Amino acid sequence: MGIKWNEMLVGGDPLLVGSQIAIVLTVVAIVVGLTYFKKWGWLWREWLTTVDHKKIGIMYILSGVLMFFRGGMDGLLMKAQTARPEMSFLDAQHYNEIFTTHGVIMILFMAMPFLIGLMNVVVPLQIGARDVAFPQLNALSFWLFFSGAMLFNISFVVGGSPDAGWTSYFPLAGKEFSPGIGNNYYAIALQIAGLGTLMTGINFIVTILKMRAPGMTLMKMPMFTWTTLITSIIIVAAFPIFTVALALMTFDRLYGTHFFTLSSGGSDMLWANLFWLWGHPEVYIVILPAFGIFSEVIATFSRKTLYGYTSMVISIVGIAFLSMIVWVHHFYTMDAGPAVNSFFSITTMLIAVPTGVKIFNWLFTMRKGRIQFTTAMLWALAFVPNFVIGGVTGVMLAMAAADFQYHNTLFLVAHFHYVLIPGVVFAVFAGLYYWWPKMFGFMLNEKLGKYHFWLFTIGFNVTFMPMFFLGLKGAVRRAYTYSAESGFAPLFLVSAIGSIILAIGFAVFCYNIYWSFRYAKRNVSHDPWDARTLEWMTASPVQFYNFAVVPEVKQLDAFWHMKKRGETLTLKESDIKKIHMPSNSGLPFYMAVVFGITGFFLVFEAHIAAAVAAIGIVVGLIIRSFDYNDGYYVSVDEIKQTERTWRNVEGGTENHVG
Amino acid sequence: MKRLFSLLVAGLLPLLGGCEMVVFQPQGPAARSITELINWSIWWMLLVVVVVFALFAYIVWKYRDRPERKGEEPPEEHGSTVLEIVWTVIPILIVIALTIPTVRTLYDLEKPPKGYEDQEPLVIHVTSADWKWIFSYPEQNIETVNYVNIPANRLVLFKMTSASTMQSFWVPALAGQKYTMNKMETELYVVAERPGSYEGRNTNFNGRGYAHMQFEVLAQTPKEFEKWVQEVKQKAPKLTKEKYEELLLPTHLGRLTFIGTHLQWVNHADAHSKTYTNPELYRGHGYQGKTFTDEDNYKSSSSSNCNEEDEQQALESDSGGEHHGH
Repeated sequence: MGIKWNEMLVGGDPLLVGSQIAIVLTVVAIVVGLTYFKKWGWLWREWLTTVDHKKIGIMYILSGVLMFFRGGMDGLLMKAQTARPEMSFLDAQHYNEIFTTHGVIMILFMAMPFLIGLMNVVVPLQIGARDVAFPQLNALSFWLFFSGAMLFNISFVVGGSPDAGWTSYFPLAGKEFSPGIGNNYYAIALQIAGLGTLMTGINFIVTILKMRAPGMTLMKMPMFTWTTLITSIIIVAAFPIFTVALALMTFDRLYGTHFFTLSSGGSDMLWANLFWLWGHPEVYIVILPAFGIFSEVIATFSRKTLYGYTSMVISIVGIAFLSMIVWVHHFYTMDAGPAVNSFFSITTMLIAVPTGVKIFNWLFTMRKGRIQFTTAMLWALAFVPNFVIGGVTGVMLAMAAADFQYHNTLFLVAHFHYVLIPGVVFAVFAGLYYWWPKMFGFMLNEKLGKYHFWLFTIGFNVTFMPMFFLGLKGAVRRAYTYSAESGFAPLFLVSAIGSIILAIGFAVFCYNIYWSFRYAKRNVSHDPWDARTLEWMTASPVQFYNFAVVPEVKQLDAFWHMKKRGETLTLKESDIKKIHMPSNSGLPFYMAVVFGITGFFLVFEAHIAAAVAAIGIVVGLIIRSFDYNDGYYVSVDEIKQTERTWRNVEGGTENHVG
Repeated sequence: MKRLFSLLVAGLLPLLGGCEMVVFQPQGPAARSITELINWSIWWMLLVVVVVFALFAYIVWKYRDRPERKGEEPPEEHGSTVLEIVWTVIPILIVIALTIPTVRTLYDLEKPPKGYEDQEPLVIHVTSADWKWIFSYPEQNIETVNYVNIPANRLVLFKMTSASTMQSFWVPALAGQKYTMNKMETELYVVAERPGSYEGRNTNFNGRGYAHMQFEVLAQTPKEFEKWVQEVKQKAPKLTKEKYEELLLPTHLGRLTFIGTHLQWVNHADAHSKTYTNPELYRGHGYQGKTFTDEDNYKSSSSSNCNEEDEQQALESDSGGEHHGH
């Protein structure tokens, strides 16, 4: 097959050898544990083959937590290396790999699965549907994402990580300057994961357009559903560009074509354009669902309907449109000329307008409300000032002429962390604390949640605020070290200390999951926050068919008004009809395995082996084509039984917010 | 409270002010016009921050849940068209206030700065390579590595390109940055108003040697500059083709000075110039993949290479696998 197996493991560095040992031990522990507790069957039936949107959502979120840990470790290593000038903790090569994987993992394997996970759990419930439009496709989306993520993650111990930055700029990322296979991982793992994301986009567009409960017109949809719809549209518009770019990159690296190379007429500028044509919309793919989460959380805990609903919808559509025509602001310095730069400066600054509208609408949602400081709400509150700092520095960067002094400096790095951490990570935390009872039937501990909140937000500011000033002093991104004479040292040290506080905050979150899983009360109400949208009509945790009877929607915040009319817990058993549900399938998991193997061989440039493995993909497609299983029915008796169980105990449960 | 604040300021000052922020200390007209633009934007942005923060603090404090508000039902309100128009129009006005000077500065930066329009610029070719900066003075017939001497108060035109990866030329005290790209030429007008030493560096990540890819811009009085040129012409070695090819290998070099410029053999900005890549020298970490040789490489003779046949086979076997799907 032409693979030199003995050269595959990356060795030498004690950090890497330690990780290799840790990975092997973890895998052994999982296998032994599953065998000892006889959980293999359970794992296969309940999780690996599930097509239930809620379980798929939970698997996405679990992957997000794991990847947050991995990306966070990368971040901490970078902070340790730059804590003092001229440190030799990491060498340049190792540092380059770490900031590359940090960026890729945080955007594509942390932010994306967290948000897609929440979309999966929540959106069908919010629109009164029993699952997404294509449940098996949904499972395939998850498993392809997971396959890509795992393939990418093994790179640092098997074969070497990509080391050309998460932007993977050519010609650096090409064979001319990176002959190691590290960047093959980038091209192929992201391709596999990207296929999954594209399918998610299609799935959610159809789900939201076709499967809403009767009476729920577009303008009566909850805001998170709106943002998911728009996000899905951006995914479908932008991800194919990335697919093409990665395919061309694969051809360049594996087969010696010249799309982006220096030699034989390739164009490195073409990669930059294609990358950001996807990359900028990608930023909005992660930020828009986050805006939706904040909208839900702020409305619920202000106990008011969202202020300016219509202008909120117009704003997200506006942001989506603008997101497609700003990509050049990532390389004003490429010298496309003042006219081009002026155009993109204006479009970029215009994004501040709909975003500002949203900020003011959130503030006015809270005005005259009764603001409850739950952990979920704290995240939403902290989002506003922190994101405003990210936003105004974004406008400063948008001004092309000024950008000539900020570009590629830590000022830029500080800016996008101020946008992405409050914008996405805070939203994910808010969403997790908020929807956790729907997923698991118990709440995350509020007190630990507040420790998590304060440590994380303070740590975040201490880490990234100094970077603005470092950037203005001339410190550039991606440099593994700096001289003592540069005068950068004190601020870098502050930043490193901040990152430790940030990490402790995340550790408290993980501990909170553990603690709540072990000790939290299980008699949680179906509507612990006194919330407003349809997902809170269902049990906690949600019964597998979601709704015994699909509710009829009369206005925005449908559930809130149902409660006002006293219609919530009454269910006429005569209305119950048998429910059609999709059957589980092992095919998505199988596809993830064959895609993973094919990808692995392609990464190592074993073309024949890859071609053989790819036959497995085709076999999967054929099997799917002859799959006539179109689901099963849940009997009326079973539904009655399930509904009685949770509705009867409802009187004895605890409402956490009165 | 006030004492706490002054303590806080006193604590932070050494961190922030300990050394100055180069972006706010421009030493030339190009950098100065950008600094002015930045200052203008900072005032507007401070205004936004103050307004939003104040509104945020007021609302969160005033409408917080208190024990005596238990059971209170907030009013349902769906929005206000007037208010929503207000907070759409004001940001648009701010964007306009920022756009006008941005566009003006963008166009100005393309031209020689005011007061220097009449000067004949000193043209210096900049070639970035892994991991060094090469400066060629065609007029003086001098080439330097990792430092560039310029006469102060004189218009300098940098014509920039790259022999390798995409890089970015940045001397923050004198001007904003621009990319250097192989087979492309970007131009940057720079004037240093005072003699002095200014730091320059690459800001666009380009591999292992990136962190140390710095250079010095030394602005001298015209007399000193002339003296330096004469000295170089007496003492410096002659640049040979072999020596130049050695310079382009992926290495760190200190300062070097030569008589003659590489422009006599190759200008990397020329779209049809040879490609100076050496993939084999970038091998090192991790599992190694296949590399390809190209006809337009400076080492290749124009005859075809044997590698290409292998590539063809690889392509065929792979597409064969995929065809099963149709």
